[in-house]
Amino acid sequence: MKTLLILGGGTGGTMVANRMHELLDSSQWRIIVVDRDEMHYYQPGFLFIPFGVYKPHEVVRPKRNFLPSDVEVVFSDIELIEPDKNQVRLAKDNRVIQYDYLVIATGSHIRPDEIEGMLDGGGWQKNIFDFYTLQGATKLADFLRTWEGGRLVLHVAEMPIKCPVAPLEFVFLADWFFHERGIRDKVEIVYSTPLSGAFTKPQATAVLGDLLARKGIDLVADFNISEVDNSKQVIKSWDGREVPYDLLVTIPTNMGAEVIERSEMGDDLNFVPADKHTLQSTQWENVWIIGDAGNVPASKAGSVAHFMLDVVVENILRHIDGLPPRPDFDGHANCFIETGFDKAVLIDFNYETEPLPGKYPLPGIGPLSLLKETHANHWGKLTFRWLYWNVLLKGGEIPVSSQMLMAGKWAS
Amino acid sequence: MTTAELLNGIEFDKDGYMVDAGAWTPEIAEALAAEEGITLTDRHWVVINFARQEYAANGDAPTIRRITKRTDVSTKELYQLFPDGPAKQAARIAGLPKPTGCI
Ligand SMILES: Cc1cc2nc3c(=O)[nH]c(=O)nc-3n(C[C@H](O)[C@H](O)[C@H](O)COP(=O)(O)OP(=O)(O)OC[C@H]3O[C@@H](n4cnc5c(N)ncnc54)[C@H](O)[C@@H]3O)c2cc1C
Repeated sequence: MKTLLILGGGTGGTMVANRMHELLDSSQWRIIVVDRDEMHYYQPGFLFIPFGVYKPHEVVRPKRNFLPSDVEVVFSDIELIEPDKNQVRLAKDNRVIQYDYLVIATGSHIRPDEIEGMLDGGGWQKNIFDFYTLQGATKLADFLRTWEGGRLVLHVAEMPIKCPVAPLEFVFLADWFFHERGIRDKVEIVYSTPLSGAFTKPQATAVLGDLLARKGIDLVADFNISEVDNSKQVIKSWDGREVPYDLLVTIPTNMGAEVIERSEMGDDLNFVPADKHTLQSTQWENVWIIGDAGNVPASKAGSVAHFMLDVVVENILRHIDGLPPRPDFDGHANCFIETGFDKAVLIDFNYETEPLPGKYPLPGIGPLSLLKETHANHWGKLTFRWLYWNVLLKGGEIPVSSQMLMAGKWAS
Repeated sequence: MTTAELLNGIEFDKDGYMVDAGAWTPEIAEALAAEEGITLTDRHWVVINFARQEYAANGDAPTIRRITKRTDVSTKELYQLFPDGPAKQAARIAGLPKPTGCI
């Protein structure tokens, strides 16, 4: 009996388990998934919780429901990965699992402790909140329900972060939320980023920067945070600037799992070095990555994990057959960007091509529009939650190809 | 040779980064630093040498986090040495391409 061991049963790990369960012969292979948390979180839904659009229970389901019954699921902390011995140590019962193939899908998470004064300055979850965790988003919802206004500063600590558009969506939705509540004139909204503009890619930066300006949201660029001083209610940058706040919404440093660091398998942010086209570990040929856990220079997003799925699965099967991996992952990402007032922008890009205007997924027809604010895009985003629970996690096909298509895009 | 003469023969990309990292010399670093209003000290050289070493090993200029983890230069000092953004400024002076950054 051979073993495919999947570490992490979030977006990526669940998809791999489902797809592999269909493809591997169960008389020869056992599939094991390890995760510390029995619940699966629909993280894209966290964005909507502070504004009361989604309730916490709408974004949480038991992990077990999304995995085939003959896949073994172990709920335990992963203690140590020992890739030279092809084994993994778990906290629960000190179990050691030997594997033939390992898929690392332990994701990324926020580390507010990386920023001085963030957790220990007295403001944490009083007037300083994150929304990248369900708990943070829920506490922020409680706070916003009764807030009467002031200066709201959203800051991004450092790149990369998962879902790099989520912070922008947050300020767009905040603008809408305060309008609806009739207190927009009492709220100043500030977007502070270490980047030189609203986003990383030129055309999208122009479109999104323009949206910020139109919504009266101030942009503070090139701001690398050095500390939070909650006694003065300012964030400070390394080059000596200060931005005052009443309410601070933080996107702290995002890092890979601590077990990656303990196992000495990661880079400085605990992301696992992997080939950006094959998704194979650069050090161990039977180790593969999917989702946020790898160091590949693609966006850390659920949609990207989905586009990685075909490539990882194909390459593991090829490896089993003694064939070399195919360099088929092109960094494809597509993200809906909620812009408030029931509208959204859709962007589609990969390693080589920046987001361009056009129609998606059917060239010239759509129904979705790229790099443009429309109502249809907003309904697309809301439909995504249904697709996520019912299709994506099961490793099912959505009518979108893994590799990015240039048809339908207006590359001038 | 004057600074201008020294830099004249060198090819830069549109952002002002050297196209050929192999053509770099310590004298060029001094000249590029001067353009940025920086006089290089031993501490600058710790960073520049590390950046070149990293580039040779990984094909990419190091991030701020990497520099502070792998050398004895703290983030605070790094910003004092290269006030206009350490990762980019150090890469430019070290003759490396603009850091790719993140998505
Ligand atoms: C606010 C927000 C909005 C987002 N919006 C979007 C969006 O609109 N579109 C989009 O495509 N993506 C979005 N994302 C990103 C998306 O949710 C992630 O990129 C995706 O979930 C990554 O999948 P993954 O499998 O790599 O990691 P995850 O789904 O995070 O799974 C990692 C799993 O590993 C487990 N784990 C980690 N370490 C250990 C350990 N030591 N022991 C045991 N278990 C461990 C965790 O419990 C977790 O279940 C958003 C994310 C956030 C936070």
